[in-house]
Amino acid sequence: MNAPMRPAVSRRGFLAGSGAAAMITVLPVTAAHATPETLDAAIREVTGGKKLNAGKVALDIPPLVENGNAVPMKVSVESPMSAKDHVKAIHVFNEKNPQPHVLNAYIGPRAGKAIVQAHIKLADSQRVVAIAELSDGTFWSTSAEVIVTIAACTEEVT
Amino acid sequence: MSLGSAGHVLLGLLVSLTAPALAQAPGERRSGYHDMSPSLQAMQDDEIANPGMLWVLDGEAMWNRKQGAAAKSCADCHGAVSTMAGVAARYPAFSGANPRPVDLAQRINLCRTDNQKADAYPYESKELLSLTAVVTRQSKDLPIAPPADPRLAPFVAAGADLFTQRQGQLNLSCAQCHEDNAGRKLAAATIPQAHPIGYPIYRLEWQSLGSLQRRLRNCLIGMRAEPYAYGADEYVALELYLASRARGMPIEAPGVRP
Amino acid sequence: MANALIRMPKTAKRGEVIEIKTLIQHPMETGYRAGMNGTLIPRNIIEDFVCTYNGVEVCRMKLSSAIAANPFISFFTTATETGVLFFRWTGDEGFKVEETVSISVA
Repeated sequence: MNAPMRPAVSRRGFLAGSGAAAMITVLPVTAAHATPETLDAAIREVTGGKKLNAGKVALDIPPLVENGNAVPMKVSVESPMSAKDHVKAIHVFNEKNPQPHVLNAYIGPRAGKAIVQAHIKLADSQRVVAIAELSDGTFWSTSAEVIVTIAACTEEVT
Repeated sequence: MSLGSAGHVLLGLLVSLTAPALAQAPGERRSGYHDMSPSLQAMQDDEIANPGMLWVLDGEAMWNRKQGAAAKSCADCHGAVSTMAGVAARYPAFSGANPRPVDLAQRINLCRTDNQKADAYPYESKELLSLTAVVTRQSKDLPIAPPADPRLAPFVAAGADLFTQRQGQLNLSCAQCHEDNAGRKLAAATIPQAHPIGYPIYRLEWQSLGSLQRRLRNCLIGMRAEPYAYGADEYVALELYLASRARGMPIEAPGVRP
Repeated sequence: MANALIRMPKTAKRGEVIEIKTLIQHPMETGYRAGMNGTLIPRNIIEDFVCTYNGVEVCRMKLSSAIAANPFISFFTTATETGVLFFRWTGDEGFKVEETVSISVA
C-alpha cells in the first residue's frame, strides 16, 4: 500500500482530485494519529513531569525527505560518558504518526559516545523530539521539523 | 567484420532509426541517484544502511544451497558467485535454444527448471529477487553492456516502439515523462530518465526490493493502462530497449530510491 | 529466515570507542495500514533490541511502529576486552533473531 500510517490527509485527496497529480491513488486509512497532547503525555511518561532543558542534544535529520518510509535520524548528546556523569537513555518522539513513540535507547557509561542512529517512519510533515535522560536525573531536549513530500507516481495495492 | 560486430552496428542503426528524436548523448544521461537527497544517496552507498543488501545476503546463502531433483547448487556449476561479474550487465539476452530473449530473473529460473530440475520461482518472490540481487551485485560499477547479438534487434525495436507509444486513460507514453520532461518536477518528485541501472531496487515506497518489471508495471498503472502480466514479452522488450539506451552507464544495484 | 547484518571492527584497542551498525530484514508492519479489503493489517514489529558484551548489557532499545521496515540501528560501545557481542531482536508473532560477533581487544 502506498500510504503507510497516513491518517486521512486532506492534501492527498486534494492532489488526487487535481489534474496535475492524477497519478496519486487514494486509499482509506485509519484516522488515528498522535496529537500535541498525546506527544506531551508520552514525553511525561519518561520524564515524570520533570523539566525539559534546552541544549546538550543534537538531532540530525533531513529537513526535507522524498519519502517518509525511511528517514535517517541521528541523536547525539554532549556528555563525558563517565561513571559519574553519563547519558542513561535517549528517547525519540513524533508529533503526527498514528502514535507518538519512535524509540527509547538505554545506554550507559560503557557506550563511550551517546550517539544512536535509526531509520524512522514519518507519516506526514511534522516535528520530531529527541530527549536525553542524564545520570543526574535531568532531562535535555531538542526538536526538528521535517517536511515529508509525497511521491508523484505510487503503486496501487497488489 | 565478425557477425557480432555487424549485429552491433545493425542494432545501433535500428535504435537510431526507430527513435531519432530520443537519442541522448551519453554525457546527458543521468542516474536518478543524482536527483536524490544526500541522505538517500548515503543510504544507497553504505552497504550496512542499504536494505537491499539483506536480499544480497540471502542470495549469497541460496547460491550455495542444493536445489531440485538434480540436488545441485548454483555454485556446483558456476563456482563462486563472484564469477557472475559482468553477467547482469549483458541481460536481457538470448539463452540456449530459447526462442525469445529473457531477462536475468527469467534466466535464473531457466537454470532452476533446466539444470536444477526445480520449480521456477514466482516473479517478485523473495527467492527470485535475492538470487537476482546477488548476481547483479557482482556487476556493481560495471557498464551496462548489451550483447552484440543481431537476433536482439527486433526486440529492442519493439521496446523502443512501446516506449514511445501513448497508452492508458491518461494517453501517455513512457517517453513523454522520461525523455521530454526528464529532470522536471511531477509534484515534488524529479522525473528521472528511467535508466535500468539500479535494479533490483529498494524502493522506500515498496519498503522492499523489487524488479524492473515491477517498476514498469508501476508506471503502467500510473498511466492508467492495463499492466502486462509479469514475464510478458512486452516487459522484456522494454528492458532491452532501456538497456540499449543506458549502454555504458555503471550498475548501481541494489539501488535505493524514494 | 530473517537476515541480519552487523558491522563493527573485528579488532580494537582497549578503551577504544567503537560504532556498531545493524540492519535486519523485517516488514515493521505498523498496525495502522488498511489492506485491499479495508481491514487493518495486524501490527508486526520488532519491539526490543538488546546487545550484550561478554554477558553485560551495553545497549537496549525499545522500538515502535515508527521504525522503518528492515530496521537500521547503530550505537557505540567501549572495547573493554576480547570476547563476544551478542545481539537479539524480538517482536510480534514470536519474532526472535540472535547473532554473535567476536571482537579481539589488545
